[in-house]
Amino acid sequence: MRREDLIFEQSRPGRRASTHAPATIAAIDDLPASVLREAPPPLPEVSELQVVRHFTRLSQLNFSIDTHFYPLGSCTMKYNPRVSNTLAMLPGFLARHPLEPDSHAQGVLESLFDLQELLKAATGMSGVSLTPMAGAQGEFAGIAMIRAWHLARGDTGRTQIIVPDAAHGTNPATASMCGCEAIEIPTGPDGDVDIDALRRAVGPKTAGIMLTNPSTLGVFERRISEIADIVHAAGGLLYYDGANLNAILGRALPAGMGFDVVHINLHKTFSTPHGGGGPGAGVVAVNSRLEPFLPIPIVGKRDGSYVWLSEADRPQSIGRLSGFMGNTGILLRAYVYMRLLGAEGMRRVSGYATLNANYLSTRLAAAGFTIAYPQRRASHEFIISLKDVARDTGATAMDFAKALLDRGFHAPTTYFPLLVPECLLIEPTETETRQELDAFVQALCEIRDLAFRDVGELKRAPQTTPVRRLDDVRAARQLDLVWHSRSGTVN
Amino acid sequence: MPFIPHTDDDLAAMLQTIGVADIDALFDEIPAALRVGGLPAVPPGMSEAAVVRLMRARAARNVDSLCFLGAGAYEHHIPAAVWELATRGEFYSAYTPYQAEASQGTLQLIYEYQSMLAGLVDLDVSNASLYDGATAFAEACLMAVRASRNRNSRRVLVARYLHPLWRKAAETLLRGQAVELVELPSSGGRTDMQALAALDAQDFAAVCLPWPNFLGGLEPVDELTDWAHGRNMLVIAVCNPVAIGLLKPPGKWGAQGADIACGEGQPLGIPLSSGGPYFGFMACRQALVRQMPGRIVGQTLDIEGRRGFTLTLQAREQHIRRSKATSNICTNQGLMVTAATIHLCLLGSEGLRRVAAQCHTNTRALVAALTSLPGVDLQFSPYFHEAVLTLPQPVAPVLARLAAAGILGGHDLQADFPELGHALLVCATELRTAEDIETYRQAMAGALGMAVAT
Ligand SMILES: Cc1ncc(COP(=O)(O)O)c(C=O)c1O
Repeated sequence: MRREDLIFEQSRPGRRASTHAPATIAAIDDLPASVLREAPPPLPEVSELQVVRHFTRLSQLNFSIDTHFYPLGSCTMKYNPRVSNTLAMLPGFLARHPLEPDSHAQGVLESLFDLQELLKAATGMSGVSLTPMAGAQGEFAGIAMIRAWHLARGDTGRTQIIVPDAAHGTNPATASMCGCEAIEIPTGPDGDVDIDALRRAVGPKTAGIMLTNPSTLGVFERRISEIADIVHAAGGLLYYDGANLNAILGRALPAGMGFDVVHINLHKTFSTPHGGGGPGAGVVAVNSRLEPFLPIPIVGKRDGSYVWLSEADRPQSIGRLSGFMGNTGILLRAYVYMRLLGAEGMRRVSGYATLNANYLSTRLAAAGFTIAYPQRRASHEFIISLKDVARDTGATAMDFAKALLDRGFHAPTTYFPLLVPECLLIEPTETETRQELDAFVQALCEIRDLAFRDVGELKRAPQTTPVRRLDDVRAARQLDLVWHSRSGTVN
Repeated sequence: MPFIPHTDDDLAAMLQTIGVADIDALFDEIPAALRVGGLPAVPPGMSEAAVVRLMRARAARNVDSLCFLGAGAYEHHIPAAVWELATRGEFYSAYTPYQAEASQGTLQLIYEYQSMLAGLVDLDVSNASLYDGATAFAEACLMAVRASRNRNSRRVLVARYLHPLWRKAAETLLRGQAVELVELPSSGGRTDMQALAALDAQDFAAVCLPWPNFLGGLEPVDELTDWAHGRNMLVIAVCNPVAIGLLKPPGKWGAQGADIACGEGQPLGIPLSSGGPYFGFMACRQALVRQMPGRIVGQTLDIEGRRGFTLTLQAREQHIRRSKATSNICTNQGLMVTAATIHLCLLGSEGLRRVAAQCHTNTRALVAALTSLPGVDLQFSPYFHEAVLTLPQPVAPVLARLAAAGILGGHDLQADFPELGHALLVCATELRTAEDIETYRQAMAGALGMAVAT
């Protein structure tokens, strides 16, 4: 089985084989010893070749979109076009100091301005700020804007944010970050929000509601207009978690559904990379009500030039969310992608993402898998529940996930949303071929056969990955978060 | 069709399997009143060649300069190998390593990163990154309020000369939880130890100390750390990761060391790129780890006893703890950490020290060159890596003239720190040469309206 020693274990004292630092050390004779470091930091001493080989080998221990089908529900793991990366990394973009004069960055600013316009068009909203650095920060911006809107009207008692039980964890966590209380409401048996529960939950304390549509259950919330009316009538506003925008791109607009603010994960719908955890971009779009409160900076146009708008231009803004302008390099990647697609390309995205999901769910249903909401049309993703298989064989959703790895597929999202037992949330995306989907169906069928035939063998999966199942309890109980040399700490 | 692989035959067969006539029929659950026929305001798609042409032209419209501007983002050399490796598809297009067995590359890399970062700041543990320096600072304040022994205090002391933009961002991020930043007294470009007595009657959760501070100044961190610990406060170090290759690391401050260290990771191999993506780092003492926000990777064993890596202590995070999580952060800045880890390996500890020393030496040379001009004075010393000069006239027009001459001359401090007068923050990283500095000196003379001997 493949493994790679830690870079520290490959280090030897005194090995210096790089050309990256100055050839000599400059004398520091103007500073007192009391401010200087005594022992050098414990970094590895390795050659450039060792570094290149080490990180190349580490990369080869990963699954990724570029190497594997990655049907991770709610994450939209579609192909990340190479050209988005190449163009965002042009030296003319990388060399921009964030505090240089706007006159020096007109090419960047124009691209970002255009991106703001494209995102307004894609959401139906009237204002956009690109600064949030991931979906969760977009959520923060949205809830902070909703709070600011209420406060600006002197309505100080609205501190509750309603979230459905199917919501992503960032939704309730964001409510808390904003000093609000998250009020959870249940989902009805058909996957839509329980409207009676919503009616009971709204009131004079309601600041707003956070919804994903289609929801994380993979179905479109059909009574969204009624929900909007209920929340608005109670004095609250509506927040759209745009993690699932891929499902409706060019077919329905969050603004049209009655939402007041939306965040979009550009690292999902607009195909910027996930980078093994980030960076993303969680841009926010708002209707005219919330526009004055948008986080700064925002790109504006003045006398034919592009400028960064700041506090002076936006006195009611909730403020800044980052040291500079947010994840500009990611924004450029999304912009490239959107220009490649154009209007018709964007609409095709939702069409084929939905086609792939419905094809896969139809085939899995025909193969006898339990679809969580069989009476509903799948959106761009859908859920299967392995509860029956688990009851009959003892094989869990986790076992299926691990067995998929052995068959060359990344696992779908497991055990989320929390309300469907033993679930796999499957999102194939539009960039996968029918052949890949067919192979995935076959793999799931094989795994189920194995569960019935020899569940012990199934529970031994994965067997082909660089490590076998890991002891998570040990990881949390015997914390080992940094490397220590055998002789004690590296320091 | 861009990136969509379906042939006409595929489409027909798939529609038939599903049992619908066309793709539009798949959207039949969206109420008709909500459906739109397309996105009329979006222009038509373009070929790759056309988009390449467009973006090259846009990149060319930007103006490159000789950079003496730091103020929180620094132009350092980035070895070619860093981004060649970081943009390998297996790193670039992987998701968060939730399926540990399929993500050992990313997980081992983060473990190595955590080890290097914790060692660099000389604290016990590090997380896997936050969004940027400003949000790391804000999260450190929130963490300190949760963890402080001064349980009832939601107030955090902060040195006056901490990055003003970070402070603004933190104010946005702390407002909802009613955590308040209170400024420490200052004089001479750093915190005034003599004036601290005025704070003695009040409770604070923590004190935040920039290292070096925004002016390049060296705060009395040892004394302040002991002072704060004597009053049950936690100490948050906000540090430049290159500078502490040479400066005393937070873990060694005072008698017990700082409790939390955070900062901006950009100097470790991340391009300037208009301000992002960068990454925020955070490290702390072991005792505080359960209050730390963000992902953390731990080492463990697999069922065959082989070493492996996995995300751990996830009960702190939003996907488990929901409204009670330590933060709402989910997606972080993973790829930037990948680059920084490779960068640190290529430099090694000696390389990092040399870069830090060269930055400081170049800044000293720059200060010497510019203060040779009449009316240009160094305002504070000692300084490290960055320094404040005062000019004989308002800074903004001088910077505009320098910019027209192809030089980013530094950061104008007048708006944020009016007490400093016509003050300019300058920086020369290891990339600036003696000729660059001489070019700047001559341009500055011209910008100040002086004739100068060459
Ligand atoms: C439904 C939903 N909402 C919010 C988020 C949070 O987005 P991010 O990870 O970019 O912060 C995610 C993604 O993980 C998501 O799937």
